[in-house]
Amino acid sequence: MGSKTSLYEKHQEMGARLVDFGGWEMPINYGSQVEEHHQVRRDAGMFDVSHMAVVDVTGSDAKEYLRYLLANDVARLTEKGKALYSGMLNETGGVVDDLIVYLMSEPNVAGEWFRVVVNCATREKDLRWMFDHTAKFDDVALTEQPELAMVAIQGPNARAKTASVLGESRRKLIADLKVFQGIESEGWFIARTGYTGEDGLEVMVPEDEVADFWQALANAGVAPCGLGARDTLRLEAGMNLYGSDMDETVSPLAANMGWTIAWEPQERDFVGRDALQQLRNAGVAEKLVGLVLESRGVLRSHQKIVVEGEADGEITSGTFSPTLGCSIAMARVPVNTGASCHVDMRGKLVPVKVVKPSFVRNGEKVFS
Amino acid sequence: MSDIPSDLKYVASHEWIRDEGNGVVTIGITDHAQDLLGDVVFVELPDVGAEFAIGDDMGVVESVKAASDIYAPLSGEIVAVNEELDDAPEQVNSDPFGDGWFIQLRLSVPEELDALLDADGYSELCESES
Repeated sequence: MGSKTSLYEKHQEMGARLVDFGGWEMPINYGSQVEEHHQVRRDAGMFDVSHMAVVDVTGSDAKEYLRYLLANDVARLTEKGKALYSGMLNETGGVVDDLIVYLMSEPNVAGEWFRVVVNCATREKDLRWMFDHTAKFDDVALTEQPELAMVAIQGPNARAKTASVLGESRRKLIADLKVFQGIESEGWFIARTGYTGEDGLEVMVPEDEVADFWQALANAGVAPCGLGARDTLRLEAGMNLYGSDMDETVSPLAANMGWTIAWEPQERDFVGRDALQQLRNAGVAEKLVGLVLESRGVLRSHQKIVVEGEADGEITSGTFSPTLGCSIAMARVPVNTGASCHVDMRGKLVPVKVVKPSFVRNGEKVFS
Repeated sequence: MSDIPSDLKYVASHEWIRDEGNGVVTIGITDHAQDLLGDVVFVELPDVGAEFAIGDDMGVVESVKAASDIYAPLSGEIVAVNEELDDAPEQVNSDPFGDGWFIQLRLSVPEELDALLDADGYSELCESES
């Protein structure tokens, strides 16, 4: 049996179908994945994401350490609570993991405090990698926070419904939170972040309080949602899934993560920089694009992409989009791929439209 | 536990068969099958008039999770298809034994009916697979 989060009993009580996910028993859905998806786009849904790993980075070298560890630059975090999305690369410029880092303290104080949230499936690898790279620094401490459970509440009404079950000070905090900012509140951590393309929150809660919080949210009309809906939502939003859309063998430049690389200042050294610079100079052969299937059927990961006069590509994530009513995918294709290509679907070559890898934001279609 | 009506017949590929008594059967997938598939988003069915032998691949059910072939549980000619599933594939999930039916088939080898599973046999099969 896999590990269980503090919400395991709530999931059973609420009729979850549980599956193994990176060694954790997690809800895949509570009945209908498509209904849960719509609930998030139209109102508010909640996800147990306690399986993700939270690591605090402290010490007088914390900032310089993270500037070396990550391809994005934490020096860009100039306001307390601000969050940054980054790849953590290896020496060959492949992606060890993607993560979010929050500045927990005020900026530019002695000994800044950062909080890093990494994927569950890569937790052990990430921690080892992070510890190994502290060697160059005198004063960095990494502290895992396994006693924090995490709930993502997402959707146009997510903030209002969450605020409705909390006390005065946390309500105020939620009202004042900027997009991509997270603030501590008496042992809780409330962030305006997510993985759905909707407004919403990710809330870290001590594990002995999380079941009551979950129940209060359910009573306030927030629908419990499983990993199934989480996947269709993130794919519609054009957000990468580690292990599917990129991994250690894939450059961020070929994974639509170029925007997360801070090339400036040039004197900042970070793990993978040299390899990335070489690849950039030589030219990247592939790119990650979005695909839209206008006919019937569902695009699936690993289906082959055929581009006239070019090498083959491959779908990295494919699904049915409940919001659009057609199938969408992310695919790695030759960099010269134009506005259309073909997918080998069960032996038949089917035409698909090529778009930027972003399909739905805040409930609305975003490509034309 | 999924629903297994006792007045229907079944095959191991999780289709149900209702004998309409005039050489015609109605076919769909079971409650257990729709539950395994999850939300159904497309159903590709054959055209009326198409002929199949038992075990032939005659269509595809696509759910959010996976694509699954539909096999002809009996030999015969398609006499009706459930066109409502084009616009409302979710009926396969909500009413697998009713509005979620797939096709009607005129049997070419009526003796094949004798080899079908009854509800108890199908129930045992589902349990042995779980």
